[in-house]
Amino acid sequence: MHNTATPPEARAESKRKQVSPWIWTGMALFCALLFSVAVGPIRIPPLTVVRMLAERLAWMKIEADWPATFATILFEIRLPQTVLVALTGMALGGSGAAYQGLFRNPLADPYIIGVASGAGLGAVMAMTLHWPATYLGMALIPAAAFIGALVTVAVVYWLARVGRTTPITTLILAGVAVSAFASALTSLLMLLSTEQMHRAIAWLLGGFALGGWEPVLAALPYFVIGLAMLAVLSRPLNVLQFGDEQAMQLGLDVERYKLVIVAAASLVAAAAVSFSGIIGFVGLIVPHMARLMWGPDYRRLIPMATLTGGVVLLLADVVARTILAPRELPVGIITAVAGAPFFLYLLRRAKQQRYW
Amino acid sequence: MELRFDNVSLGYERSVILRDLTLSVHSGEIMGVVGPNGVGKSTLIRGASGVLSPRSGRVFVDRQDLRRLSLRRRAQIIAVVPQAVQLPEAFLAEDVVLMGRTAHLGWLGQESESDRHIARTVMEQTETLGFAGRQVGELSGGEQQRVLIARALTQEPDVLLLDEPTAHLDLKHQDEVLRLIRSLAKENELAVILTLHDLNLVARYTDRVALLSDGMIRKIGDAREVLTPEELAAAYGITIHVTDHPIHGTPLVLS
Repeated sequence: MHNTATPPEARAESKRKQVSPWIWTGMALFCALLFSVAVGPIRIPPLTVVRMLAERLAWMKIEADWPATFATILFEIRLPQTVLVALTGMALGGSGAAYQGLFRNPLADPYIIGVASGAGLGAVMAMTLHWPATYLGMALIPAAAFIGALVTVAVVYWLARVGRTTPITTLILAGVAVSAFASALTSLLMLLSTEQMHRAIAWLLGGFALGGWEPVLAALPYFVIGLAMLAVLSRPLNVLQFGDEQAMQLGLDVERYKLVIVAAASLVAAAAVSFSGIIGFVGLIVPHMARLMWGPDYRRLIPMATLTGGVVLLLADVVARTILAPRELPVGIITAVAGAPFFLYLLRRAKQQRYW
Repeated sequence: MELRFDNVSLGYERSVILRDLTLSVHSGEIMGVVGPNGVGKSTLIRGASGVLSPRSGRVFVDRQDLRRLSLRRRAQIIAVVPQAVQLPEAFLAEDVVLMGRTAHLGWLGQESESDRHIARTVMEQTETLGFAGRQVGELSGGEQQRVLIARALTQEPDVLLLDEPTAHLDLKHQDEVLRLIRSLAKENELAVILTLHDLNLVARYTDRVALLSDGMIRKIGDAREVLTPEELAAAYGITIHVTDHPIHGTPLVLS
């Protein structure tokens, strides 16, 4: 047997490979953001957007040669909406990657253990039971959805416990069962309240109905905390890929990490669903895209899936806003229509390489 | 360092697999565990690593009860090379080896230069450096086995447990892996327990042998005492002949 040390050049190259995904996805996200704020009933040229941002954020001395309405459109309408779309996509991408890693299952997505159905139930309850639109100054629908999502995940986790452990299989099965139950209740509420049905369906399909900076600021803490936690949890996720027993033998407190990963991923996904509705496919496909491009190491996969999620949802949202303009479609329809065939394409490609 | 079973019974929800196990392994010593299929060799390894708690009795490392140690502390003392497992195949060999540092990292999980240095040294020792940058899924069974041994050694353990380390290996690789384990046990002062099917390999490479049958230790001692036609016939239920290996002089078992 011959010993060949890795040559230093190869080491340097692998370092370089670690940097470039950040640059590529970072640039893609920036371009998608610009594109998203530029497109709309009134087009603002991307270069003007950059100059307006520079003027506003960096207090640069730039002569404002744009119409005054541009500032209102950009800073009060488009930018908050775009930021919320980006954050939602990032949340779905990052939490989707975490769920797939935790369940070691390529079909897992952020909704697998009840976030979506729980949020749906919460939101539809708030709509159909004639609760006031705001309570203690909070918009009630997102608050109800958020609570619904977290309560559902907690119930699923509690149901899935076997003794002192939470086996992954029972967690998935409990998630499926509880989701079905919550969805049935949601459907019932919708049927009983026909005047709210249209609104409820639009919400469930995933549309960005909320406007202004308020929802962005309300959701931001959950996104930041949850995604930061997932970044820290990426190495334990790597260790969990070897199965519970080996992970324990490697010294990982498996049960505790499962709980923390579920909590962080659900927090992020719940925030996304509550403020943007149930957007399908992004949380399923984006982690696969990131994995195909940058490999299975969760230390890279989690941040890359997060950034890629932002890009993908921004582009889908632009399509949803423009394809039948002036009508806006729920973005969930676009992600599913474009996502399903793209997913099949990915699966065909995945057969040709080891990527899991 | 000593790993000691003190009247240990091991089993799962409704069944006891092994009972009244009393044995101990010391630094630098290799104990081979043999016995018919399904007798509980892997269960013994699981009990020794602490992932399976004894139903009665206690497992000690030095004077500490294994159950009282955190998973992290345990993994700093005991490392396991599992039986031919499915590895996440797209991971790189060097990343798999570095997972051995899990129990030594801070809460942010950042590997330091010294962690990398340890992994590198171990990979030299186990001759896995040559395929450090390859995906484990494309490695042969023998190479994967060595990667798992490297991962275990990267834990810097005092006790090394191996479950069927030669399963699926051809003669050459069986020999290589067992020689490696033997030299590691002596150089790194490891206490080693390994399970093996092949009694002749046990006779050649281990210092002491524990023969399991009917859920108990039937006999424990050096190979010459344990691998006798009488004991083996009683454990395996067939007639077995034992002679001397013409070259190594160790017992040679023939069916």
